[in-house]
Amino acid sequence: MPTLRFTKDHEWIRQDGETAVIGITDYAQQQLGDIVYVELPEPGSRVEAGKETAVVESAKAASEVYAPVSGEVVAVNAAISDDPAKVNADPMGEGWFLTVKLDDPSALDGLMDEAAYEKFVAEQG
Amino acid sequence: MAVDGSTDLRQTPLHALHVALGAKMVPFAGYEMPVQYPTGIITEHLHTRAKAGLFDVSHMGQVSLHGATSAMLETLVPGDIAGLADGRMRYSLLLNDEGGIIDDLMALRVGDGLQLVVNAATKDGDVTHLRARLGGKADVELHDDRALLALQGPEAAAVLSRVAGPGVTTMPFLSCAQVGELFITRSGYTGEDGFEISVTAGRAVELAERLLAEPEVLPIGLGARDTLRLEAGLCLYGHDIDETTTPVAAGLAWTIGKRRREQGGFPGADRILKELADPPARRRIGIRPDGRAPAREGSAIVDPQGNLIGEVTSGGFAPSLGAPIAMGYVARRYSDPGTELAVVVRDVARPARVAPMPFVPTRYYRAP
Repeated sequence: MPTLRFTKDHEWIRQDGETAVIGITDYAQQQLGDIVYVELPEPGSRVEAGKETAVVESAKAASEVYAPVSGEVVAVNAAISDDPAKVNADPMGEGWFLTVKLDDPSALDGLMDEAAYEKFVAEQG
Repeated sequence: MAVDGSTDLRQTPLHALHVALGAKMVPFAGYEMPVQYPTGIITEHLHTRAKAGLFDVSHMGQVSLHGATSAMLETLVPGDIAGLADGRMRYSLLLNDEGGIIDDLMALRVGDGLQLVVNAATKDGDVTHLRARLGGKADVELHDDRALLALQGPEAAAVLSRVAGPGVTTMPFLSCAQVGELFITRSGYTGEDGFEISVTAGRAVELAERLLAEPEVLPIGLGARDTLRLEAGLCLYGHDIDETTTPVAAGLAWTIGKRRREQGGFPGADRILKELADPPARRRIGIRPDGRAPAREGSAIVDPQGNLIGEVTSGGFAPSLGAPIAMGYVARRYSDPGTELAVVVRDVARPARVAPMPFVPTRYYRAP
């Protein structure tokens, strides 16, 4: 059973064993508006928890996507580079950003679960 | 609804309508303005190019120069104001004494009077400048009691004819006419056919709702207004032009009339006439990055060897092209269309080319 967690920077991370898929939340894509460009890390590169790992640009501005965990990039979603609107249409499905091999499989423990994230978003007003 | 820091922001007469339409409101030029509606910037942009979009531009300054002659205004702008026939308008530039651009504007001849439409962020300063320079000879009135709506797109004329009568469909580009309580100009800031409609503040909501009720019309926010004008190659004051840029460097020498070139008599004429003969070091250009990454305002422009040659002044994603576009200033020898250069985005120099402007062909009305 995969574990789904969220960050205060509005990334989601879905862990299945030693790997996890990362993307941005529906709230994030709504706040950004039309997404026109995504820049993803190279497979094989390292990501560090809390550091920038990808860039997402809306019609108005560029925003950073932070890695919720540390690890090695094992796959990136080339489909969103070709068609960034997929991130708006399906942020938690077809709009995923990257897959990482986790340094620490318990790294998600400190992140918010879905109920906590929904409460966090509601408080953003 | 208050957003942070909005307490001293001004509102246009359409503010409540924007909120009711679900607009995302942002601070802009001292006003709380709609940046986009729930449809989003790309849909709003493409809809304006395909049908018609309604923009609230009431934040802009509508100015009457009571008692001003064309000769008086020509001491402040390099455009041919004397040659402006009744009911016609012209894009021009308010210049400082060094030939720098204080503002860009539309100058209108209406009967015996002259009117200006100026930018929101600069309107108070413009009025101060105009009063200082025309004081005693003309009365400068800023019409804060009027709203301004822009209706833009290939269906704009058909839509407006249902509200203001069929006469509007044959109004020449850059002409103006009083139709009942509406003061209508055939002009805009999108590269499309369209109109700007001035109306008293008290009647603005009624007019906006009447236009939005037409099936071709969607409300359009400032986000799409910016992408539309950028595709059309039009300058945004404070970004692409300012007091440090002259009309020649900005590629706006076409606004200087033939007679004005011969006679001078406008602010900074010595410098500008010299620049017309001997072009200045930098020049505004259009840029098409090869890849998909938008190059935003402030991005460095470098030559293929990485040497700094200029800076992006406006840039983003062009919805009509599905690709990024930008404008900026470079050293003149890099300004020919096709010249290879690069834009630095997130510390990476990304190949790009100088492109002719407009990026998207303009479709202004031409009389048959």
